[in-house]
Amino acid sequence: METATQTKPEIAISLRDVNKWYGEFDVLKNVNLDVERGQRIVICGPSGSGKSTMIRCINRLEEHQSGQIIVDGIELNNDLKNIDQIRREVGMVFQHFNLFPHLTVLENCCLAPMWVRKIPRKEAEATAMEYLERVKIPHQAKKFPGQLSGGQQQRVAIARSLCMKPRIMLFDEPTSALDPEMIKEVLDTMIELAESGMTMLCVTHEMGFAKTVADAVIFMDAGQIIEMNTPDEFFNHPQHERSKLFLSQILGH
Amino acid sequence: MQAFITRETLPSLPPPSTLKGPIAWMRQNLFSSVGNTIVTVVLVLAILAALIPFINWAFIKADWIGSSRDDCTSGGACWVFVYVHLKLFMVGLYPEAETWRVLLVGMILVVTLAGLMIKGVPFKKYLQLFALIAFPIIAFMLLSGGSFGLPHVETNFWGGLLLTLVIAIVGIVAAFPLGILLALGRRSSMPIVKAICVVFIEVWRGVPLITVLFMSSVMLPLFLPEGMEFDKLLRALVGITLFQSAYLAEVVRSGLQAIPKGQYEAANALGLTFWQGMYKVILPQALKIVIPGIVNSFISLFKDTSLVLIIGLFDLLATIQGAFASPKWLGYAIEGYLFAALVYWVFCFGMSRYSQRVERSLKTTN
Ligand SMILES: Nc1ncnc2c1ncn2[C@@H]1O[C@H](COP(=O)(O)OP(=O)(O)OP(=O)(O)O)[C@@H](O)[C@H]1O
Ligand SMILES: [Mg+2]
Repeated sequence: METATQTKPEIAISLRDVNKWYGEFDVLKNVNLDVERGQRIVICGPSGSGKSTMIRCINRLEEHQSGQIIVDGIELNNDLKNIDQIRREVGMVFQHFNLFPHLTVLENCCLAPMWVRKIPRKEAEATAMEYLERVKIPHQAKKFPGQLSGGQQQRVAIARSLCMKPRIMLFDEPTSALDPEMIKEVLDTMIELAESGMTMLCVTHEMGFAKTVADAVIFMDAGQIIEMNTPDEFFNHPQHERSKLFLSQILGH
Repeated sequence: MQAFITRETLPSLPPPSTLKGPIAWMRQNLFSSVGNTIVTVVLVLAILAALIPFINWAFIKADWIGSSRDDCTSGGACWVFVYVHLKLFMVGLYPEAETWRVLLVGMILVVTLAGLMIKGVPFKKYLQLFALIAFPIIAFMLLSGGSFGLPHVETNFWGGLLLTLVIAIVGIVAAFPLGILLALGRRSSMPIVKAICVVFIEVWRGVPLITVLFMSSVMLPLFLPEGMEFDKLLRALVGITLFQSAYLAEVVRSGLQAIPKGQYEAANALGLTFWQGMYKVILPQALKIVIPGIVNSFISLFKDTSLVLIIGLFDLLATIQGAFASPKWLGYAIEGYLFAALVYWVFCFGMSRYSQRVERSLKTTN
């Protein structure tokens, strides 16, 4: 990886005055954010506040309309080469897993390494098995996603992303489509990943997770970052009325 | 205290014999009540009343082998008509001395298809490459000749089932990738690409195949420079391929629409390019959903090939019609049409069964 040896940017992700509209509707309003390499950040906020939109802008699943997004030292613009390069380095885990149902678990994990990174099949499979081992489902490698439980599918999805050896991982509510008894197995996997030093941006309402591993919690509302603080500060002394209200709502239940 | 616990799940027992077998099935479904029994008996009698005379005519009292209509003396079906004309029905006016070439192509095709369809045959990938790239070239060189010391046989002499299959197979194989491209183009976010595809699809879908054939045969030469001659068969093939691709595009598009957005997003997020994502993620799923629709349009294309008669190409149906219209064989239209129906049915039924098998095997893997 040439970029790493040349500059080794301390800042993994940087958003400068990012704005995005859906038609007339202002989804992101002047968002500024710097994520350092190795930082784990949890993003929370009410529904519709633009959390998903923000992290989806980071790997260009959504296009921002003004401002600057720099990922891993590369600026996201209309240059397709940049987009491809960034997507290689940024893994993403979705709320609904989005595994490829026509491929086995192992094939799901090998597809991108083989086609994007041009790694030979044997090697890709070995790496895939390593990561499946890490998320504790190596024995399901030959099954199809439809034959697994939700928690297992989400762990496969995490392994699939990791097989690309990304430098940054994005999570968009990875546990909110899961039954309660499966949430823990996915969170444990994420905690382990966080402890390995991965740069992580997680949209989640799992406050336990935030308290255990997050370096910072971001609170978003109406397309803006209202507050960014350490988990300790954020949960015990929220600065803004809206954060207080939000916390009382999710912790109240 | 003691207990017996099985270590494995026991296989389930077969159902009691009163519940299975043909007799039990008939008892349950055909003779379950007095009313049902009466209906069953009446229907069986009606079917027999219609079927017995037909079987009598078509098989028992039929004449099978001979050389002219004088050999048909039993009063039943005169299959001699088909027997005598078999070469004409199969290859049209293809020269007698060269028909081995058609047979050879047919044999290669059958062996290749069998190899592709039968499970467990090794080197499937190479076989696919052979079928898609080498076979068309070999088939063309053999059928058309003109090289390797094979005399040239003009396409004017191709006819019968040979012509029907050439048109159907070329139409199906060439229209398939074109249809996929059109479907993708129609969903493209690039306005010009999208517009071109929409116009193309809607124009071709809006005209009947007869018109397409007629235009390709009569109108096209008017636009071409003087003296430039296109093979008539080639013109028909181009017309049919474009026509078929427009239909296929709509079938494929409905499959693309059924794929959830998350699949596209996951492919993108993993860094796959548009074409990689299409090839490995989206199309395999989309095409699987629309297998019935694809086969449906292939079957209707297969039957529609008979329309090439109007531009002077003599496919299976046309050669049969020509044969029973000749003074020597007047009056044997029924035999001719039945034979045509049988041949068409065998091919269409084969396609339908094969597609069902593909669907089932895809369902179990998933
Ligand atoms: N494709 C779209 N077209 C128009 N509006 C959209 C589109 N996608 C999202 N929005 C709107 O943008 C806003 C932000 O959406 P976003 O998905 O980022 O919210 P979120 O914070 O992730 O919410 P949730 O917690 O429900 O996932 C919402 O009000 C949503 O209605
Ligand atoms: Mg969201």
